[in-house]
Amino acid sequence: MHKNLRWKILAIVVTTGVAVWAFMPPSEKIKLGLDLKGGVHLVYKVETDEAIKVETETTAEQFNEALKGAGVTVASVRPTGLTEFLVEGVPPANDQQFRQTADQQVSLSFDRDSGPSGGSYVFRMKPNIERNRRTEAVTQAIQTIDRRVNELGVSEPTIAPYGTTGNQIVVQLPGVSDVARAKSLIRSTSQLEIKLVEAGPVSDQQTLLQPYNGQVPPDMEVVPGVSGVAGDTTRLFYLVRRVSAITGRDLRNARPTIDELNLPAVSFTLNSEGVSKFSRVTGENVGRQLAIILDGLVQSAPVIESRISQPEARITGSFTTQEVTDLSLILRSGALPASLTLEEQREVGPSLGADSVRAGVTASLVGLLLVTLFMLVYYKLAGINAFVSIGLNLIILLGFMAYLGAVMTLPGIAGFILTIGMGVDSNVLIFERIREELATNKGARQAVNAGFNRVFITIVDTHVSSLIAAAFLFQFGTGPIRGFATTLFFGLIANVFTAVFVSRTLFEVILSRRPAGSAQQLSI
Amino acid sequence: MRFIKEPNFNFIKWRWHAIVLSLVIIGAGIATIVARGGLPLGVDFSGGTLVLFEFAQPTPEDAVRNALRNLSGDVVVQQYGQGNSQIMVRVPLPAGAESGATLEEQANLIETAVRTGNLGEVKVISRDLVGPVIGEDLKQKGIWATLTALGGILLYIGFRFRFSFAVGAIAATMHDLLVTVVMLTWFGYDLSLNTIAALLTITGYSVNDTIVVFDRVRENQRLMRKESLETIVNKSVNQTLARTIITAGTTFLAVVALFLLGGEVLRGLSFTLLVGIVTGTYSTVFIAAAIAIILSKRSAPPVTQAQARAKRA
Repeated sequence: MHKNLRWKILAIVVTTGVAVWAFMPPSEKIKLGLDLKGGVHLVYKVETDEAIKVETETTAEQFNEALKGAGVTVASVRPTGLTEFLVEGVPPANDQQFRQTADQQVSLSFDRDSGPSGGSYVFRMKPNIERNRRTEAVTQAIQTIDRRVNELGVSEPTIAPYGTTGNQIVVQLPGVSDVARAKSLIRSTSQLEIKLVEAGPVSDQQTLLQPYNGQVPPDMEVVPGVSGVAGDTTRLFYLVRRVSAITGRDLRNARPTIDELNLPAVSFTLNSEGVSKFSRVTGENVGRQLAIILDGLVQSAPVIESRISQPEARITGSFTTQEVTDLSLILRSGALPASLTLEEQREVGPSLGADSVRAGVTASLVGLLLVTLFMLVYYKLAGINAFVSIGLNLIILLGFMAYLGAVMTLPGIAGFILTIGMGVDSNVLIFERIREELATNKGARQAVNAGFNRVFITIVDTHVSSLIAAAFLFQFGTGPIRGFATTLFFGLIANVFTAVFVSRTLFEVILSRRPAGSAQQLSI
Repeated sequence: MRFIKEPNFNFIKWRWHAIVLSLVIIGAGIATIVARGGLPLGVDFSGGTLVLFEFAQPTPEDAVRNALRNLSGDVVVQQYGQGNSQIMVRVPLPAGAESGATLEEQANLIETAVRTGNLGEVKVISRDLVGPVIGEDLKQKGIWATLTALGGILLYIGFRFRFSFAVGAIAATMHDLLVTVVMLTWFGYDLSLNTIAALLTITGYSVNDTIVVFDRVRENQRLMRKESLETIVNKSVNQTLARTIITAGTTFLAVVALFLLGGEVLRGLSFTLLVGIVTGTYSTVFIAAAIAIILSKRSAPPVTQAQARAKRA
């Protein structure tokens, strides 16, 4: 019996030691949620439709090129929906060849079907391909945002898929102060394109299109441009080639710099593929203009003076220093596959978070103090048992939280206070039962044994039902509520150990110090 | 120390009075909710924008309201916390909004209006923007969490006790949830993620309380075979009364500390818990056992599985 008791005490001391070791120092080991640390939580929807649309359009365009290459002349190839494009006017003589080209070029991702009229075909994206493309778009968006956020210097950001719809992303930036800038960086769809200029710049579109009878030729497009004078918002128009000579994908790096006039500019470096493309285009088009387009706006259109084979180039325009810094960051991180729509934003200032931590800790300590005082008055020395077991419960709970890397949130603090409540409940159940047993003139030892044994089943029942509630709360909850469910869950588990095992051991220690037979008195 | 020596109240006698009282409160509450056009949903569930401002000087609500008079929609302006320098502004989701983009505009409009309203120095200390998709999503999750938690508990109690007791426990829990929601409505608290968490905690707490009594009933059924169920239940409620009151009292004490000292952000949560503890205790004593008795009388198999198991043990 005595040896047994020593082992029990050892077990309690070791458990306490491990728990304390796990969460020391608390400022490093206990992770705080955004509501306590301050920061911003953002949920975005990735407009995956856009990525699908681009896929369909590009495929249609490439297929058209391939047909030309194979010598099949068709009337038109055009997208007719998000996932389908229509080919019209396939000459019957070339039908066999058309099918062959289609099989080679697009059959991997598109299903072919005969179209509404003779000699026409409809191509529909395969459902599994569509699904994959959507998933890829989300993954790519996460990677891009991750790069951008990392460059912003936010510590421990979270960027992850969110929800069940498959197209949402959650971005959490703890301690970020300039939320507006962070948001504009995350969402920016800024893309660099360099295209050959066919005509312009002129101040109105009509003049531009006069040589083409007012129609934009199929392989060209009209792009507005800035005037190049700071503060001037008038637009100039350029007629450019539809296909880019260089895109953001050909970039290796981008950084802020200044131009000859000491104005902020973005300098970029092309990768090897970019260099060879750029060298070919500039070599073939000496004397013509190249439009540097950013976000659908021509920033400048320098004249090509000779073949350019070095990888360095520069975007000039009327930028501020902040703009070129952000622009370089966005260009470096690569383009988003689709635009993002904000669906949720929760922002907590650092001062509010700190206030909440202070208030929560104060409330917990005052709560513990009040409860302890009451227990001491009502149960006399046994109240110490309650205090020890509840205190240990909180320590073990902190240890669990630190070990699992669980996030402490504001409702989590409420969970701590409830854990105090649950701890009291178990102790009261046991103490009341011991009193009842003592009232039937049992000896102290039997009363303690009977009290713990009888109440054990009740404690199991109450804890299991509360654990069920906590588990569902965790399963369906979001952010702060999960923090609450976590503390509640582990608080309950720790409570079974402290209220039953620790408290009983304490009683046994007290009883073992008395000679057998004289143990009628128990301070309870 | 002891509050009551050997309590022996006849709680069961009052069961119909208690049930009627509860029905009246719940009925009146539901009438209020219906009259106000639904539950008081916060931005978490209804979607919308909530901006919390901190002013350098004490600023009355009306001054802020005046600055925002040109804003469309149902703008709520409310003092936040004990000091009078923090003001909360809440605007519901604009009609027909499909995404959070409009919310950003709304938040900007609110901020610009307050900053240009001659109210002195002001800073934004928190911002909540919830789009319709997220609001709907959170609503679904809240409902599911509540239903599945209740279902899980029902199954567990049904497995451990006789079925009519499980129904009694769930009825008591539903009672507590309804009364608490009614009180939240009457005292002007919105349903938010935090209050839902508190409501689910009450679910656990209320069932907890009820199980303690039922456990005692099960034990007494073995000891007092000849007594009627009413007598046994009444005796069990009395035997556990001290525990019920002390537990409720101490938990109440701890939550009062949270309510008073835990800061404004936790006020809704702690208020919910306070109400839940009171109604949970009340329902344990008056509702759960009463319904279990009423149901047991209608269709009581003489010996249930649980009893048979208990007998063997």
